[in-house]
Amino acid sequence: MTMPVLELRDVSRTHGHDDALVRALDHVSLAVAAGEFVAVMGPSGSGKSTLLNLAGGLDAPSSGDVVVEGNRLGGLTRSSLAQLRRRSIGYVFQNLNLIPSLTAAENVMLPRELDGVPIRRARREALAALAEVSMADLADRFPDDMSGGQQQRVAIARAVVGDRRLILADEPTGALDSNTGEGVLRLLRTRCDSGAAAVLVTHDARHAGWADRVVFLRDGATIDETPPLDVPEALLAGGRTP
Amino acid sequence: MSVRFGLLTLLEEQPMYGYQLRQEFESTTGSTWPLNVGQVYTTLTRLERDGLVEITAEGDEAQRVYSITGAGHDEVQAWFATPVRHQSPPRDELAIKLALAVRSPGVDVRAVIQAQRTATVRALQEYTRAREAAANDLSWLLVADSLIFAAEAEVRWLDHCETRLVRHPKPSTPISDPQSVPVREAAKR
Repeated sequence: MTMPVLELRDVSRTHGHDDALVRALDHVSLAVAAGEFVAVMGPSGSGKSTLLNLAGGLDAPSSGDVVVEGNRLGGLTRSSLAQLRRRSIGYVFQNLNLIPSLTAAENVMLPRELDGVPIRRARREALAALAEVSMADLADRFPDDMSGGQQQRVAIARAVVGDRRLILADEPTGALDSNTGEGVLRLLRTRCDSGAAAVLVTHDARHAGWADRVVFLRDGATIDETPPLDVPEALLAGGRTP
Repeated sequence: MSVRFGLLTLLEEQPMYGYQLRQEFESTTGSTWPLNVGQVYTTLTRLERDGLVEITAEGDEAQRVYSITGAGHDEVQAWFATPVRHQSPPRDELAIKLALAVRSPGVDVRAVIQAQRTATVRALQEYTRAREAAANDLSWLLVADSLIFAAEAEVRWLDHCETRLVRHPKPSTPISDPQSVPVREAAKR
């Protein structure tokens, strides 16, 4: 097997000490290959968001290793970690974090500009990413002049802009109606089909249905996962009796 | 019931052979509910007996062309105008299984729930793929959506069962005491 884009090796994250020790994540191992779309499902408090924060280098494990494209995050300097986060990882979190004083296009361009991409090219990439979420027309609008759903789509464009190899999404369809939400998942799916790796944490089974593999988390540990999917031709036949 | 109205509705479009009807029925529903040829001809025979279709080209079974009659047309209109009834819930093996699991000693109910959740989410993955593959066929899209929503509802119900289980721990000696069956809610579903 080729090197996974993301690998969690026996990762634990604890808070507090002794009697008050909380195991947010308990010896979790997970590998996500290029082209693979993995959904992580579990009830609230099961460690889903912790897993995603660790995978994205926004939090550090208490033990174990997080490896992104062969880089052990714990072994990187702060600046190389920041660079890896900007270049390789796209985030769509529940909290959108759009900058209110920047237009949609500027918000999407920002991570590319920070990375030294020339403005003209960054803008071109941003417009392409906005077009993928059907937001090209609103590229010059400010977040306050957009609906919640439109803001969400800008945040998604920002997550996928450029050549991100790893996309991390935490309930990314929160503010969207079901059609637009489906569009977001289809976009993640398309990104994976063209070689990116994605991890989606969700408690919505319908969203998890888009993934190649669904991992179930409970009390900080993985308890089960769905077996690999068959080739598309064999669909419904091997499923369940309706 | 649905085969009868399915065939009748297809005949509203144009007269058809039996095998053609079968093909159209299956492609409309993405082959989710396959029909055998025997079923199609039995249904057509009954429809003819009831005056809802007529044979417009005679011959042996495979050569007969069926057309809808005026009464058949009225029947189809009435079908669309009437909601589908869910009067007595169909026997639901999963609900029954969980209802019994909570009172059976030695059964790990959470494991039963998780095994089902994994299987149902897996089915959801397959339905989602099938739906994407059928992008432009509206009839099949609607059927696939129906399967997806039903599977989603099942997963949500399983989540709910698990939460309930935490609040109502499994009784240790349920068998001897008929008063303590705690799952009336779930079984009613």
